[in-house]
Amino acid sequence: MTNTMTVAADAPLLEIRNLSISYYSRAGEIPAVIDFSLRLETGEAIALVGESGCGKSTVAMAIMRYLGRNGAIVGGQILFKGRDITTLPPHELRKLRGGEIAMVYQEPMSALNPSMTIGAQLMEVPIYHDQATRDQAYEMSLSALDDVGLPDPARLAAAYPHQISGGQQQRVVIAMALLSRPSLLLLDEPTTALDVTVEAGIVDLIASLAAKHQTGMLYISHNLGLVLETCSRVNVMYSGEVVEEAGVDALFDTPRHPYTKGLFDCIPLPDTDKTAKPLTPIRGQLPLPNERPTGCNFAPRCDFFEANTCDTGPIALAGKDENHRVRCAKWSTIDFVGGETAGQASAPTNDDPAEVLRVTDLKKYYTIKDRSIGAMISRRGAVDVKANEAITLSARRGETLAIVGESGCGKSTFAKVLMGLETTTDGEIVLDGQAIGATPVRRRSKAQLASLQMVFQDPNETLNPSHTVGRQIARVVDRLSTKHETREEVDRRVKQLLDLVKLPGDFANRKPRQLSGGQKQRVGIARAFAGDPSLVVADEPVSALDVSVQAAVTELLMDIQREHGTTLLFISHDLGVVRYLADRVVVMYLGRIMEMGLTKDVFAPPYHPYTEALLSAVPIADTRYKKKRIVLEGSPPSALKPPTGCPFHTRCHRKIGSICETELPPTVETASGHRIACHIPVEELSDVDAVVSAAT
Amino acid sequence: MVGFWIVVALLAPFVAPFPPNAQIQPFAAPLSAAPDGGIFLLGTDQLGRDILSRVMWGARTVLFFAPLATASAYTVGIVMGLAAGYFGGWVDDLLSRISDLILSFPVLVLYILIIATIGASGVNIIIAVTFASAPGVMRIVRGLVLDLRTRNYVAAAQTRGESPWYIMLIEILPNARGPLIVDGCLRIGYVIITIGVLGFLGLGLPPPDPDWGGMINEARALALAFPHMTIIPCIAISTLVLGFNLLADGIREVSLHD
Repeated sequence: MTNTMTVAADAPLLEIRNLSISYYSRAGEIPAVIDFSLRLETGEAIALVGESGCGKSTVAMAIMRYLGRNGAIVGGQILFKGRDITTLPPHELRKLRGGEIAMVYQEPMSALNPSMTIGAQLMEVPIYHDQATRDQAYEMSLSALDDVGLPDPARLAAAYPHQISGGQQQRVVIAMALLSRPSLLLLDEPTTALDVTVEAGIVDLIASLAAKHQTGMLYISHNLGLVLETCSRVNVMYSGEVVEEAGVDALFDTPRHPYTKGLFDCIPLPDTDKTAKPLTPIRGQLPLPNERPTGCNFAPRCDFFEANTCDTGPIALAGKDENHRVRCAKWSTIDFVGGETAGQASAPTNDDPAEVLRVTDLKKYYTIKDRSIGAMISRRGAVDVKANEAITLSARRGETLAIVGESGCGKSTFAKVLMGLETTTDGEIVLDGQAIGATPVRRRSKAQLASLQMVFQDPNETLNPSHTVGRQIARVVDRLSTKHETREEVDRRVKQLLDLVKLPGDFANRKPRQLSGGQKQRVGIARAFAGDPSLVVADEPVSALDVSVQAAVTELLMDIQREHGTTLLFISHDLGVVRYLADRVVVMYLGRIMEMGLTKDVFAPPYHPYTEALLSAVPIADTRYKKKRIVLEGSPPSALKPPTGCPFHTRCHRKIGSICETELPPTVETASGHRIACHIPVEELSDVDAVVSAAT
Repeated sequence: MVGFWIVVALLAPFVAPFPPNAQIQPFAAPLSAAPDGGIFLLGTDQLGRDILSRVMWGARTVLFFAPLATASAYTVGIVMGLAAGYFGGWVDDLLSRISDLILSFPVLVLYILIIATIGASGVNIIIAVTFASAPGVMRIVRGLVLDLRTRNYVAAAQTRGESPWYIMLIEILPNARGPLIVDGCLRIGYVIITIGVLGFLGLGLPPPDPDWGGMINEARALALAFPHMTIIPCIAISTLVLGFNLLADGIREVSLHD
C-alpha cells in the first residue's frame, strides 16, 4: 500500500468542496456540475441519485480525475484524506487510482479485458500496486474471488470473461476493485445491467464487503429503491446541481424539494393504484445544459414556481438543520400534503368481455446446428433450444396481461411468435377467432396485421433515424388502412395520432434525433395504435427511460388503452410497474409459465417460490414497507441445457427433494383461476409469509 | 483538389491551348515556344502533342469514367449486399461465395482477362471495374445490413407487412449511407488508379484519345531523356486520388459530428 498519503488527523475520507466541472464543446463551455459539495466518512455509504444527464457520473469521473480531454474541473476542491486531488501530479494520481480509490462500472463486460483470463487480470492489481510476486498475486486473486462469493475460484481464474454470466462478471469486477484494499469505492450503477435476482445478490455483497473492510462508498444510481437498501445518506442531483441532501430515512419520509417529491410520485409503490392513486409524472423535460433557466433549474417543471422568487439568481442549499438541506427558494413554505391528486372513479368493469387472444400449448424451439468438423464426424446433430414450452394463456378485451421474468426466460421470444416474426414449433395462437400461430407476418392479412401491433423497448431503435416522424406514421396508416386514402386524409390521421400521444402536430416534420427518449417512445405508441389494434404487445416499453418519463409514458399507454378498449400484453421485468398496471400476471422462467393469475393473487401468498424470490429482489422506495430477503443462488441455467424436472430446482430455496429434479411439477389451479406449477401443495405455499409487508 | 480537376475537365474545350490530338512539334521542353506563336507550357510528347492540353482533356475522360464505374459497382454491390445480409441463408452463402471467388483473383489478372475477352472501350472499363469492385462493396453493405436488420424499426416495418425490398431500400439502406459515402470517395480514388493502370497496360481507351495512364505508358521508354512526359500525368493522377481521399476524410469527420 502506498505511504505517500498521510492521513491528516480528523480529515474525512473524502470531502468535496464547491466542485464545478465543465465540458468544452464547439458550442463553448457547458457546465456539467455546479457547486457540488459532499463529505464522506470512512465506512460510510453515500448515494448520488438522479436521472440521466444530471451530472452524477461526471462527479465520479472527477474524483478519479478521469474527465477526458474536453472536461475540466473549473472550481472547488476534492480532498481525499485531506489532500487535494485536483492538484496531484500524474504519478501520484496513478497510485491513487485503483490503489486507494477503486471504481466499479455499469457494464461489467466492457470493464473486463476479453482477451485475458480473469486470473491474469486480477493478478495485475497486486503486482502493480503492492509489488507482489506472481505466486502471491495468484493467491490473493483466488481469495478475492472467494470473498465475492464466487464458487471454485481456481477454475474461474482460468476462464475468460465471456465464459461467465453477467452477475459473475460484476462480482469479478468488484473483486478486482477490492484487491488493492481501497478506502474509497465508487460504484456507477453497478447493477443496472443485471437481472433483479442477480442484482439483489450483488447489493448484499457490496453491503457486506463495505462493512467488513470499512470501505467508504459513493453509490451512483437512478434507482431510489436500491439506494434505500444500500446507503445512509442521499444526494439528489438535478441538471448539474444537488437539489436535496439528507439521510435516507428523512429523504424518503419527508422529501422537501419538489423534484425529489416528483420522483417519488413517479414510482409505483405497493399502494399506488392505477385508478385510485395514479402515478403523477413530472411535466416537461430536463433542460439542456446550455439552456438552463436563471435561478432554479427545476423552475419550468415545478408546480410551486413563483416568479421573482425562484427565477432571480443562484439558490444555495439550505435547511432547518445541516443534515437535511434543499436547494429551493421556497423550502420553508412548501406543503406537499394538499398536492395529492384526487383519483378518478374506478374503471367500468363489464363482467365477461370477449376473449381476444388464446394461446394453447405453444412451443417455440430454435435449432442450433453445430457446424464444427468434430460434430460432423461424431454425427452429433442439432440441439434444440426450448425458448417457449407449453405456454397456455388467454387475454380478454380491454385487459392488461403482464408477462414477467428475468432475461432469457422466453418472454421476448413469445412476443416475436405472436407478432409473426417467428412461427410456432407447435401449439396454437388464436387472435380474434383466427389461428395465426403458423402464419408468418408476410402472409398475414391486412386486418390481422392491423389488429396486432407492438411497442418496442429501445427508444433509439424504434424509429428509423433517416425518415421524419410524420412519414413513418403515415406509412403505417397507409399500409394498415383498408381503403385507399388521399394524402390529406393520411395527414389528418397522422396529426390525430400525434395528438393521441400528446405530441404537437408539427413533430411530424421532425427527425427522430430531434426527439427525446420519451417522445420517441410516444411516437412508437402512436404507430402501434394507427391501425386501431385489438391487441398491443408492449415489450418493456419504459425500461430504457428515466423514472419521471417512465411514469408519463406508462400513464399515456394506459389512457389510450382504456379509451380504445385495447388488450395490452405488457412484457416487463419491473414488478413494481406490473403490480401497478396489470390486471393479470404471468410469471415465466426458462420458457415455462411458473405462475399465473390475477395481479392481487400473484402478489400475495400462495406464491410460486420463484415469484416469491422475484418479489423479494425488487427494491421498494418506501420506508413504510418491510421485505423478506431471499437471495437466489447463481444465475438462470442456460436454455441449451435446461434442468430436468422443475426448471427452477437449481436455484429454488424451497426445494423439497429429488422429486423436483426428476418430475415436472403439476399446474394446480385454485378457484379464482390462479395457477401455480410447483410440487409443494398450495396449502403449504399459502402459509408462507407475505414478502412485502407494512412496517410496524 | 477534386474541385480543381472538375473545373479543369469542364473547361478543357475552352482553355486548352491546343487540340489534344494535334501533332505539332515532338519533344518540346516545357515553356518552349510553339511554331504558331503559342507556348507549350508543359512541353510536348514524342508525337508532338501538347501535354497540358492532353492532361486537361484526360481529366475529362477520367472524371467521366471513374464516377460512372464506381456508381455502377455500387449499384451491383449494394443490391447483392442487401440481399445477402437481409435474407441470409442460402442467398447469403451463394452471393458470398461468388464474391469470395472474384476477390481471390489477383485484380490485375482479372482486368486483363476481362478486357482481353470483351475488348478495350469505355463501356468495357466500366464493366471490368464493376466486376472487380462490386464484391468489395457487397462485403461492406452485407456487414452493415447484418447489424441494421436487427433494429426494432425493421421489426416494426415487418409487422405492418412491408415487402422485403421496401425494407431493404427504404428502411435499411438510408441508415447505411454514412459509411458507404466515405467508402465511395475512397473507392473513386482506387478506380482512378485502376483506370490509369488499365491505360498504362494499353487496356484503357483506345488511342489516340488522351488518357493519363496511356500517356505514362507511351512516354515510359523515354522517361530518362524527357522526364516531363511521364511526371506530369503522374502528378495529375496522384493529386486527384489524394483529393478524393481527403474528401473521404472530410466526410467522415462531418458524419461523426452528426
